Amino acid sequence: MIPAPFDYYAPNSLAEALTLLQQHGDDAKILAGGHSLLPAMKLRLASPAILIDINKISELRGIKVNGTVEIGALTTWSAIEQDAALAKACPVMAEAVSLIGDIQVRNRGTIGGSLAHADPAADMPAVVLALDAHIHVEGPNGPRTIAATDFFTDMLSTALEPGEIITSITFNSLGPGEGAAYAKFPHPASRYAIVGAAAYVKMENGQVTACRVAITGAGPKAERQPAVEQALIGTDGNADAIAAAAAHAGEGMDMLGDIHASEEYRRAMCKVYTKRALLKAVERAR
Amino acid sequence: MTTITVTVNGVRYTSEVEPRLLLVHYLREHLNLTGTHIGCDTSQCGACVVHVNGVSVKSCTMLAVQCDGAEITTIEGLAQDGQLHPLQEGFWEKHGLQCGFCTPGMIMAAADLLKRNPNPSEEEIRHGLEGNLCRCTGYENIVRAVRYAAEKMAAMQAAD
Repeated sequence: MIPAPFDYYAPNSLAEALTLLQQHGDDAKILAGGHSLLPAMKLRLASPAILIDINKISELRGIKVNGTVEIGALTTWSAIEQDAALAKACPVMAEAVSLIGDIQVRNRGTIGGSLAHADPAADMPAVVLALDAHIHVEGPNGPRTIAATDFFTDMLSTALEPGEIITSITFNSLGPGEGAAYAKFPHPASRYAIVGAAAYVKMENGQVTACRVAITGAGPKAERQPAVEQALIGTDGNADAIAAAAAHAGEGMDMLGDIHASEEYRRAMCKVYTKRALLKAVERAR
Repeated sequence: MTTITVTVNGVRYTSEVEPRLLLVHYLREHLNLTGTHIGCDTSQCGACVVHVNGVSVKSCTMLAVQCDGAEITTIEGLAQDGQLHPLQEGFWEKHGLQCGFCTPGMIMAAADLLKRNPNPSEEEIRHGLEGNLCRCTGYENIVRAVRYAAEKMAAMQAAD
């Protein structure tokens, strides 16, 4: 399969990339790791006239850990998976990333590319929602920051404006009393999430004082689970409390159904994987 | 057309390519290195795995223009001085293939795996080769072949 012809640009700076993006508007697509865009172009689901390859922009790459974590948009999954400081500051990142695709996909795929694409079955949207991350973008009107909770607007749709490029993702390191986990039911061939649940829990004096849960794969976009979170806060996080809270998973969400898993099955798996993620998150928070 | 210069298996090539040319087609059709196979063409099967700057990638999901200036290793570049790479030897000794279609990608992926983890357990090998599909062997002998190579490479290193 061969993509439709396009003009190729490989700018050396973010400013140059933004200018190109503004010049070419809707005709242009940004190429990061290419593991969503190139397959779509090969299937002719996407036929951009202009491809702006941002891989030479080294300022977009790298991980900084210093109380908070900052991951450059162009950082590959492999770099995230293998970063020792990040593994200490926020172990759920490596846990979730090691379940994305396979080694070769992780060697090319980038965190910013995945978030911008907003595939409903991608793993990272659930993780950034559970970590209450912020997504930093740069555009024709300068930089701005979007909370993960405001970022995913619909299937394959985000709060990114035309002409904007994601530059980095930030979130807090996990401290004492905090735990997070990701539990995933992968499609056996593609490894995309049929259902993925990310959970964050904070425990103080034996009580759950904060909780964030997000589900990906099940619906058109990754979503927080406020009913689950509210049900768990104030409990001591025992297995019964977790099971009771997880029973609310998927409430109010539209479910996707396909040949791999029906809507009912996905709804049932939301509860199962939410429970598994919460059990691990609470154990790690203790 | 864009001009690229790449080093493939130690040989420098300068080529005129269309931006839409995929790396796998460049290797197979421009350089006649047909050891790299095209299987699914949808980034799942791993038959097209090669190393770009020392890292394993699916060459059906990368553009040739993105490899300008890169060092590429394909299955043809793995044997050194007429001596099979321990992984190639392992696939031979342990019968890690039947039809052989997946083998070049399987070996290139396993080479990257052993670089990250020189002594992988059976489970780690299976997880590490998740991106490579084989429809013949049931993977048993592939896992044995990678273990064989890991042990041989450890022995070679100890002997040095």
